[in-house]
Amino acid sequence: MLELRDIDAGYDGFQALFGVSMQVAAGEAVAVIGANGAGKTTLLRVISGLLPASAGEMNMESVSLRAIAPHRIVEAGIAHVPEGRRLFPRLSVESNLKMGAFAPAARARFAERLDYVYSLFPRLKERRAQLAGTMSGGEQQMCAIARALMSGPKLVLLDEPSMGLAPVIVHQVFDLVRRMRAEGYTVLVVEQNVSQVLKIVDRAYLLEVGRIKTSGPAAELLASDEIRKAYMGL
Amino acid sequence: MDCHLDIFFLEAVLNGILLAGLLALLALGLNLIFGVIDVVWICYAELVMVGMYGIHHAYKAGVPFPVAALIGIVLIALAGAALHHLVIRPVLDSAPINQLLVTGGVLFLLQAAATMAFGIDFKNLGIRLGSLGFAGMSFSWSRVITFVVALASMLALWLFLSRTYIGTAIRAIAQDRQIMPLMGVDSRRVYLITSAIGGGLAGLAAALMVLQYDIYPQIGLQFGPLIFMICVLGGLGNMLGGFIAAFIIGQFIAIGGSCMATEWGYATAFLFFMVAIFIRPQGLFAAKS
Amino acid sequence: MIRISRPALVGLALLGVLPFVIRLLFSGSEKYYLHLLIQILLWSFIYTGWSLMGRFGLTSLGHGAFTGIGAYATVLLWNFAGLTPWLGIPIGVAVAAIVALLVGYPCFRLRITGHYFALLTLALTEFVRLCIVGWRDYTGGSLGTQPKRYGDGISLYAMQFEPDRVLSYYIALALWLFGLYVWVRVDRSMDRYALDAASQDEDAAASVGIHVTRERLKVTALSAAMCALGGAVFAQYQMYIGPDTIAGLGVSLNIVFAVIAGGMWVLLGPTVGAVFTQVLSEGLRVTIQGSATLKAWFGSAAFALDTAIYGLLLVLFIIYMPRGILGTLIERRRRSDAVAARGSERTNASLAANGKRP
Repeated sequence: MLELRDIDAGYDGFQALFGVSMQVAAGEAVAVIGANGAGKTTLLRVISGLLPASAGEMNMESVSLRAIAPHRIVEAGIAHVPEGRRLFPRLSVESNLKMGAFAPAARARFAERLDYVYSLFPRLKERRAQLAGTMSGGEQQMCAIARALMSGPKLVLLDEPSMGLAPVIVHQVFDLVRRMRAEGYTVLVVEQNVSQVLKIVDRAYLLEVGRIKTSGPAAELLASDEIRKAYMGL
Repeated sequence: MDCHLDIFFLEAVLNGILLAGLLALLALGLNLIFGVIDVVWICYAELVMVGMYGIHHAYKAGVPFPVAALIGIVLIALAGAALHHLVIRPVLDSAPINQLLVTGGVLFLLQAAATMAFGIDFKNLGIRLGSLGFAGMSFSWSRVITFVVALASMLALWLFLSRTYIGTAIRAIAQDRQIMPLMGVDSRRVYLITSAIGGGLAGLAAALMVLQYDIYPQIGLQFGPLIFMICVLGGLGNMLGGFIAAFIIGQFIAIGGSCMATEWGYATAFLFFMVAIFIRPQGLFAAKS
Repeated sequence: MIRISRPALVGLALLGVLPFVIRLLFSGSEKYYLHLLIQILLWSFIYTGWSLMGRFGLTSLGHGAFTGIGAYATVLLWNFAGLTPWLGIPIGVAVAAIVALLVGYPCFRLRITGHYFALLTLALTEFVRLCIVGWRDYTGGSLGTQPKRYGDGISLYAMQFEPDRVLSYYIALALWLFGLYVWVRVDRSMDRYALDAASQDEDAAASVGIHVTRERLKVTALSAAMCALGGAVFAQYQMYIGPDTIAGLGVSLNIVFAVIAGGMWVLLGPTVGAVFTQVLSEGLRVTIQGSATLKAWFGSAAFALDTAIYGLLLVLFIIYMPRGILGTLIERRRRSDAVAARGSERTNASLAANGKRP
């Protein structure tokens, strides 16, 4: 479904990704793990168009992502739940969801998608008129995921969904990811919480200073001594 | 000083409220643009001036007034979009103060261009609407109409911002610029639309002002500082705050003007403004950041 | 003490003999050319005064208030209290400095900067202009007023010198040199480094022990005082003051823009700005007056053409040349020198100082 080949990217005079190649097949859940500053967030930003790649190829179901404007990438079926959730704090929950359905195709099915999202997250329906910035962290993460689902994506990019949440809530968030898989979404998730995330995905890529160090089935990585030592502190 | 709590005082208060409607409309466009694009159009009142001339000329050429007003609104909406595209976009990434100053260059340009095109004489539409008598007081119809239309247009803008997709995007972009592409929003388009709406509001204000005021190239300097003051007092970018501030300032001008000479009404308004800002630097009704 | 370089000395000498050169070359229109030079020098002084603040990121639109206060205080004290400008000017300058401190103190304490500072100082300008207009029994309202002529119009006591253009020229020249001297003193003081630091990062500056508010107040008072002095001398030379010619938003904007056009961060930038704006407006006026076609084209509207071009140029300057004419020239020369000296590399560092939005 998603394929990256030899992607380079960076910020002003500083290269963050070096020749990254990866694939995500339809229906899969894939994790990108790695240390702080390894380039995980940059990778997601490149895929969703927030940061232009400087070299390489990037396709989503035969659509070349590098050839289209950043705001069109969501129409190709990719939704990005950014790091720190990034809700519009002074818009209501429902207005936030409306923004998720901004693209023309999603707009046409707004009512239907809204019902669907509310059925997934009844809590959001209760809070539909509340300002998003006034909700708890877990509810905000829920809202951020719901906003992403409003565009009717095939692939959802999740950036550090557990960041800044209490341990109990972290559990719920990983449950959310499981439910998204059950709903048929393809998921690409970036996480620091390596042991948890490897339990809910099929495969994972390990990113080190901007390069793919290794990749493989989640169970294999979970069993690897090297990874257990470096990223799980075991 | 010659002030009593009599019917003339009440009349002044009510006239202040009517004036405030217009001021609130003027502040609204500027606040919308600042809230979304983070740029102060210091030439905002000059756009209004150009709109007034446009409407004046269309009307004098035989176009019925409502059509002339519509032409003015569209003209200034286009001017607003052009201003953003040609002048603001190239400096979007430079120091904020440069963005304010660059529109100051436009201020000079528009004022001088108007002087060249239309001369320095005062022009008047010559429409007399008479006045509304009420409990021994009298209010000119043009002011009453201005007030009603200004309020109605603010309501319309509010509905637009809260109900439509593009309106929601306009509110959202002010809260988080960077992630707009993730929503499928082309920020540049939103900026352009916002600029056109801001311009359209200036055009609407122009259509209302030609009913009340004579037109001359420097009229922008008479209203411009007043509008900035109202916007800052209400909290730059805070449309509701600007609305309330317009009513406060309107009272200063009306009561001050009826008790003393007109200038002193304005002068006390400015003095009040400076003191108020020193007490509440982010404006009386600052938006939470 | 300030050392003066050889080119500067030559320049000074040339400026010293300039009136006599003009007398030789343009004997018929000597007065006109001197008038032009005097205008340039007086405005240069005012612009230089403004740039003392502007260069540290304090973009004030309030200096039209200070020139107005200086001019009106001096003239009104002379006309109605009979007080010689020798005392009137210091009073006007002091009033302007006090007003600047009164407005500046809360601004700097509350960290009102950027748009808010510009718009607040704009309100100050408007307030002062309204006061001038409102006090029409004394000030002549929007029509303006004149200092009462003393004797034949040339008097040390009344500080009137307008009929003698050569004398006026030397007075303006002296004032201008004084302005440059102040600029250099500030530029070489420790305060300058403190203010530079504060304009880049206020918290960081405060954390290394810089008293940001006090430093800013010092330079604000100085800047306002210079503009008030300039306004007062301007009034004495013009022998007329009006709320729109020496006070008000128009004057504020003119000051800011001339400095931007010339270059805010270099000694002679404001002067280049004054030369540029004066020569532009006079040049256009003379061209249009001299050409029958242009005159027929624009008719009586021609007098606004210079402002229109001026406005357009300002837009272009801010977009394409934010460091101003002189600033850009110096930059370019420095860059080519650097290239010649040791190949290319890091010329962008100075551009980054322009301040990018995060």
